[in-house]
Amino acid sequence: MKPAAFAYLAPESGEEALAALAEHGEAAAVLAGGQSLIPMMNLRIATPGMLIDIMRIPELCHIRRAEGWIEIGAGIRMTKAERESGVPLLMAALGHVGHPPIRNCGTVCGSVAHADPAAEVPAVLLALDGEVTLRSVRGERVVAANDFFRSYFTTAREPDELVVAVRIPDRSRRVAFLEATPRLGGSTGEFATIAIAAAADRDDGGRFSRVSLAYAGAAERAIRAGEAEAILVGSEPTPALFAAAAQAAGAAADPPADVHAGAEYRRRLVERLTRRALEELAA
Amino acid sequence: MSAISVTVNGVVHELDVSPRLLLADLLRDRLGLTGTKIGCAMGACGACTVLLDGEPVRSCLLFAVQASGRRVRTVEDLASDGELHPLARALHEHHGLQCGYCTPGMLMALVSLLEAGKPLDPKAAREAVAGNLCRCTGYEGIVDAVVEASRVAGE
Repeated sequence: MKPAAFAYLAPESGEEALAALAEHGEAAAVLAGGQSLIPMMNLRIATPGMLIDIMRIPELCHIRRAEGWIEIGAGIRMTKAERESGVPLLMAALGHVGHPPIRNCGTVCGSVAHADPAAEVPAVLLALDGEVTLRSVRGERVVAANDFFRSYFTTAREPDELVVAVRIPDRSRRVAFLEATPRLGGSTGEFATIAIAAAADRDDGGRFSRVSLAYAGAAERAIRAGEAEAILVGSEPTPALFAAAAQAAGAAADPPADVHAGAEYRRRLVERLTRRALEELAA
Repeated sequence: MSAISVTVNGVVHELDVSPRLLLADLLRDRLGLTGTKIGCAMGACGACTVLLDGEPVRSCLLFAVQASGRRVRTVEDLASDGELHPLARALHEHHGLQCGYCTPGMLMALVSLLEAGKPLDPKAAREAVAGNLCRCTGYEGIVDAVVEASRVAGE
């Protein structure tokens, strides 16, 4: 099928883009890499009356390291972030997003704004206590990832707001990214049945002093397993501890059932991937 | 209508296009470059893969207006002086195609990888073609061809 007709705007400054969103926000869609939006338009699942293409705005094309944060602008494509973001967990996760031709167009911020619950990037942002910068003609606000993601394809963004950047604390942590996909052999390029994005700090005794466990595909949005994290902090890293944490993570999941996997199977994957990620973080 | 200027296989085209025109349809219907195929129109099959500023992209997931001011390269540009591209020749020799519908996308997805000159083992070759669906060959011939073409490119 072909997309329905729409009006096309390609502003060359952020100011122009925000003015357009203020005027047309309810009817318009923001076009960044388009790797989720355009398939939906080709299938006529989405029929926006206007597209506001933000990829010709130079000020959105930055990766900036300042004041304890790494900030990735809305114009940064996944391939570039995969090579240059300096965020190891994000770089590992991006290798699992679509295939290279998809990542050559798709953007990091676009994946965050789209908020597919099975997508890798939202889980990474959540694991690393990232934040989303939203801007409109009314001003700017910064929203923690945990408050940004609401439900299936639903976020805290208002119709007149543009996701201008995401930012991630610039800290060195041990990280692990693991993903189970429908095709056997763990081929990259497919949406995750379940993925885990994990980060940890360890004290001198090898105990976890801080652990973040985030999941894609495990609920209506990317989720953290707070109870499992609490179990792990300050305790001797043993297989029994990991099993207890994995069980708590499984209990935190509320997975969907679909043609690829039932809910119970997905919950088991959460447990299994949690144990494997913890083994990597403890190694 | 939007006025665009796009360079395709080295030729500059100034065109008026509807914003909803996909790059794949611009190439096929307006410019007559029917080597680029449309399979699924949702980014899953890879048949429409072309190079945009030297990098492989899905031309069904890009509006022609987005390609304005940029360089597109299609499968028609791969052969030089009547000589097949080394990967095209390897696919021919290893029976890496039957109907051929997926072949242009395979070639365009792999050409920049092969130009990097790094030999690929069968596992890497399988990963490299994972984003391009073929319903004919069972992939064995394709994998053999990619491995050989990567070896030749590295020499």
